[in-house]
Amino acid sequence: MRIAVCIKQVPDTSEIRIDPVKHTLIRDGVPAIVNPYDKNAVETAIQLKEKHGGEVVVITMGLPSAKKALRECIALGCDRAYLVTDRAFGGADTYATSYTLAAALQKLGPFDLIFCGKQAIDGDTGQTGSSISAHLGVLQLTYALRVELEKDTVRVHREVDEGTMVLEAKTPALITVGKDINVPRYLSLRAKLDSYRADIGELHRDDLPDIDETKIGLQGSPTRVKKTFTPDKTKNGIRIDGVGSATAAQGLFEYLSDKGFV
Amino acid sequence: MEFKDYQNIWVYVETFENKPKSVGLELLGQARKLADELGEKVCAVVMCEDASGAAKEAVAYGADTVYVLENPEYAFFDVEKQSCAFVKLIDKYKPSAVFIGATNNGRDLGSRTAVRKQTGLTADCTGLAVDEESGNIAYTRPAFGGNLMATILCADTRPQMGTVRPGAFKKGEPDYERSGEIIREEISLPDETSVVKLLEFIKAQTTGTVAIEDADIIVSGGRGLKEGKNFDIIEQLAEALGGAVGASRAAVDAGWIPHIHQVGQTGKTVSPKLYIACGISGAVQHLAGMSSSDVIVAINSDPNASIFDVADYGIVGDLFEIVPALTRAIHRTKEG
Repeated sequence: MRIAVCIKQVPDTSEIRIDPVKHTLIRDGVPAIVNPYDKNAVETAIQLKEKHGGEVVVITMGLPSAKKALRECIALGCDRAYLVTDRAFGGADTYATSYTLAAALQKLGPFDLIFCGKQAIDGDTGQTGSSISAHLGVLQLTYALRVELEKDTVRVHREVDEGTMVLEAKTPALITVGKDINVPRYLSLRAKLDSYRADIGELHRDDLPDIDETKIGLQGSPTRVKKTFTPDKTKNGIRIDGVGSATAAQGLFEYLSDKGFV
Repeated sequence: MEFKDYQNIWVYVETFENKPKSVGLELLGQARKLADELGEKVCAVVMCEDASGAAKEAVAYGADTVYVLENPEYAFFDVEKQSCAFVKLIDKYKPSAVFIGATNNGRDLGSRTAVRKQTGLTADCTGLAVDEESGNIAYTRPAFGGNLMATILCADTRPQMGTVRPGAFKKGEPDYERSGEIIREEISLPDETSVVKLLEFIKAQTTGTVAIEDADIIVSGGRGLKEGKNFDIIEQLAEALGGAVGASRAAVDAGWIPHIHQVGQTGKTVSPKLYIACGISGAVQHLAGMSSSDVIVAINSDPNASIFDVADYGIVGDLFEIVPALTRAIHRTKEG
């Protein structure tokens, strides 16, 4: 069993603040973390390895600083880690990113299963996993709540608005997971220390000779950001403070009646 | 690629048990506005087992043309089958833009189709407009947990694809007198198009009677409820108002209520007529999912909670007293 996990290093968006004067993101001092859903993906892969044997390879695309995220995954139990990094890959949108990651997976593969988090908390597109599978031409089983494997048959509980689809397919497949699938294990201090010595492989443009130049980086990205802005949602609404609960409830009841809700 | 060959705005109308989901109808209204601005048509795409009802709805909500693909194979969503058919349909009719609801199914369909068409897709948008300079679709979407908005163009490839958050646009009033053209398409899928088998479908159990994405009134609870069992008072108020129960990420992460009730950047975007936030601090990620509601009421004991910034009516107070008192007052009116 060969399993790959694609992860992303992201800023912890719950720590991001807006500069009140310049209306821009304050990124300084915001911790870089492994995207939380990707940690669920790593946990799923490691659990399968523990049960069925084999190897888990973790990859990410990004700057050299993303090696820290890969080391964390090694410490959690991944066997090997690769950083896909090159100036030529910079500025990629989801199309170019997923194309590049697919090329890297092809180079390192074949894999029986590929796992991704369902979305990254910085971009929140939820497109990369699915797009990687499309580039690779393997089937996709997304939003998995449960993954079971029996030889080359994988069974996935897939979450949709109306309920859960229980799906079955043959490997190879790409599976995306959310946080409901498991609780990622804690890092042991020992494993964390050991991971500092782990080798992190690098894949550059030249290591992927078959890659199509027109599909990578900023130039290969069909979408472009035209502008960014910070949303201003402030309203000057009615504010009730310092009155008793009964009075507050009565006031709210009258407000809702006036608006026609009651 | 000849751009002038690519015309009209398409909306994928996702169905469940042959009924159109709300997001597709929401998108038809916005597509109508943009198409009128561009002098183009709005076309809906419906793929299900029996599309007769959904096709009529699509016309009533603004479609000029409905492409209908009826096949028992589409009874349940299978991304491989649907994207295969969708690509063939795009190749045949060449739309300029394609809008898809950003449900789990829609996101899968969007990315697989965009990759196959080698075109750009802007995911999880909350704004759709025509870019004045270029005439392209300007897709606006939140990022960084709703802290930043980005407007994105797909200028050099067609179709310009986008997935749009359910609830980002309000559903228009249907006009069942409107006429539209319904075109039945026969697209044969190769036998081995998909090797994914659906073994079983387990329907979701929801708290309350209404799904939050369809509700006119939502009562939501957050960390301020302190314990899962305290969602009872939220449910009772929602029931009295005939609304649905929502929740913040904190409440869902604490395991107090299932994820399908979550409102916010990583949950659902809603824009009901009334949103009552109880014990919700108003993290940016929550605001990203509800700030376009018509009337927002906030009840929180913390006078500095950010939820008060977006509230039309804010009460600094004890939700454990105020919420049940409001529920009782509503019941008294009904009885009286």
